[in-house]
Amino acid sequence: MSDRTPVLAFRDVNTHYGAVHILKDANIEIYAGEMVCLLGGNASGKTTTLKTILGYVPPTTGHVELDGENVNGWSTAQRVANGVTMVPENRRLFKRMTVRENLEIGAYLRHGEDLSEDYDRVFDLFPRVKERLAQKAGTLSGGEQQMVAMGRALMARPKVLLMDEPSMGLAPKLVAQNFEIIDRINKAGTTVFVVEQNANMALSIADRGYVLQTGRIVLDDTAEALMANPQMREAYLGDI
Amino acid sequence: MSTEVAPEPVRSRRFKFNWVDGFLWFLRVAALIAIVVGVVGSIQQFADGEGPSAAAWRDLIVSSISTGSMYGLIALGYSMVYGVLGFINFAHGEVFMSGTMVGLISATMLFENGFWDSNPWISILVVLVVAMITSTLVAVAIERVAYRPLRGAPRLIPLITSIGVSFFVQYSFAGLFGVAIRNYPPAPSQLSGNVDILGIPIAGTRLLVIGVAVVSMIGLWYFVTQTKTGSAMRAVAEDKEIAGLMGIDVDKTIVTTFAVGGAMAGVAGLLWALLFRGVDFLTGFLPGIKAFTAAVLGGIGNMPGAMLGGVLLGLFEGVGPQLVLAGLGIPAVSQLKDAVAFAALVLVLIFRPTGLLGERLGSEDRV
Repeated sequence: MSDRTPVLAFRDVNTHYGAVHILKDANIEIYAGEMVCLLGGNASGKTTTLKTILGYVPPTTGHVELDGENVNGWSTAQRVANGVTMVPENRRLFKRMTVRENLEIGAYLRHGEDLSEDYDRVFDLFPRVKERLAQKAGTLSGGEQQMVAMGRALMARPKVLLMDEPSMGLAPKLVAQNFEIIDRINKAGTTVFVVEQNANMALSIADRGYVLQTGRIVLDDTAEALMANPQMREAYLGDI
Repeated sequence: MSTEVAPEPVRSRRFKFNWVDGFLWFLRVAALIAIVVGVVGSIQQFADGEGPSAAAWRDLIVSSISTGSMYGLIALGYSMVYGVLGFINFAHGEVFMSGTMVGLISATMLFENGFWDSNPWISILVVLVVAMITSTLVAVAIERVAYRPLRGAPRLIPLITSIGVSFFVQYSFAGLFGVAIRNYPPAPSQLSGNVDILGIPIAGTRLLVIGVAVVSMIGLWYFVTQTKTGSAMRAVAEDKEIAGLMGIDVDKTIVTTFAVGGAMAGVAGLLWALLFRGVDFLTGFLPGIKAFTAAVLGGIGNMPGAMLGGVLLGLFEGVGPQLVLAGLGIPAVSQLKDAVAFAALVLVLIFRPTGLLGERLGSEDRV
């Protein structure tokens, strides 16, 4: 694997909020087609990791790479334009706009391209979204909104899809459904990086995982190995 | 747990008399009684053959709608900026004034070389374009210089800045063009007559004003709902952070919003010229505040609301004094039109603080 260039990588990244040291020597590598998860409890640095990828938080030392290129000086917009798309926590749809408009905004940077294939892909994954196209996004149920949020992200044809806490605020049944959808998106060829507290769920579909503890990556292994790791079981999984 | 809500406080709240609420209810009831008594009185007068004739009422309504649609076009700028940035841009009246002032220069030049009389329609179009370009540039410049550095500051700060900007623009124009009131050349003779619409004679100027306002509104509606830039604007208004994550250039979209609001104010500048002719450096103040009232009336942040609010405010101040105050036996009612316009603002805030088409404010938006 190491001879390929990772789609997204952290190289010895350290970040600070003022004097507070958040990420400590973080190294992450995500390769094309993979599904990688980042696990950790509250205040472990998960959100900071995403903000660092998107350029909201600059690394104090080390750098972020997209396709092997150091992107430390890039703006958020440049990173987004180069294939980093996020499905935000709690979905954050444009509630006063229709479902169709939400999807169109997902494809905002793809000027003048034919989007019909992308719409078909979204409707294939989420037939319900097609039925709701003309409805205001704010009128949909939580599960439907999650589908639109993912559809919106897919419309950008991301190189790497970042998922911020996809299980947050959803009923257990919807969480399972959600992860099944993420799995399908990944199997269809999109690289996915899931940041999640729900370790069981995330590891059940991921190829590999990183475990963050107070800003330091303490474990880094395949999903099966992490599932079997006693340290991991103790710290995050509880009794399965 | 939150499920254990004690019934005690709820019950005691129901019976507790609150002086502020009581006073507001008194105001509501008093306003309603005054309006009902006034309207009944005016109808009585009309039935007795006193007061204005039917034709005078009709002209009053038409002129109120035309003035109101001008307010509506200015109100759009307040509402759009409030939508994306969440503060009231009090300098917007000056954006309107700058359009009508610079439009005056072009109109005077056209008048002096005779083109105004020989080609009135082209002349009006030229003045329109000049006014729109001026207002757009002024609005964009204000955003760039005064508001962008304040992005992320508490809302009160750009609000206060906007008042400062307003004075700055006013007195810059006073310095550049003098303080005297100057008049636009008289409207072309083709507009001075009446036009029959469905058998109702309407003054040509008024009809042109209403027509231009309607066309501008349709154009704006198309832009905002049917174009990519328009949906980017709505996305930025709803959630700047996520809009940015989708690749929308938020700063550019905010500039576009100011530009479009400015262009609408420029159109209103031409309409002002057609309706009132006289222009000076303070011209922006009263229409600006009234347009702000119209935006609040329609529901600030809501674009159809701004237009509706403008027309309604025009009717309130135009027809209201004659309809309500004259019926109450108050003399010289037309002098009171500005008082009525701002009484409308107070009444809206008492009866329906979110405006007619406005959405309920989230608790974080309350002061």
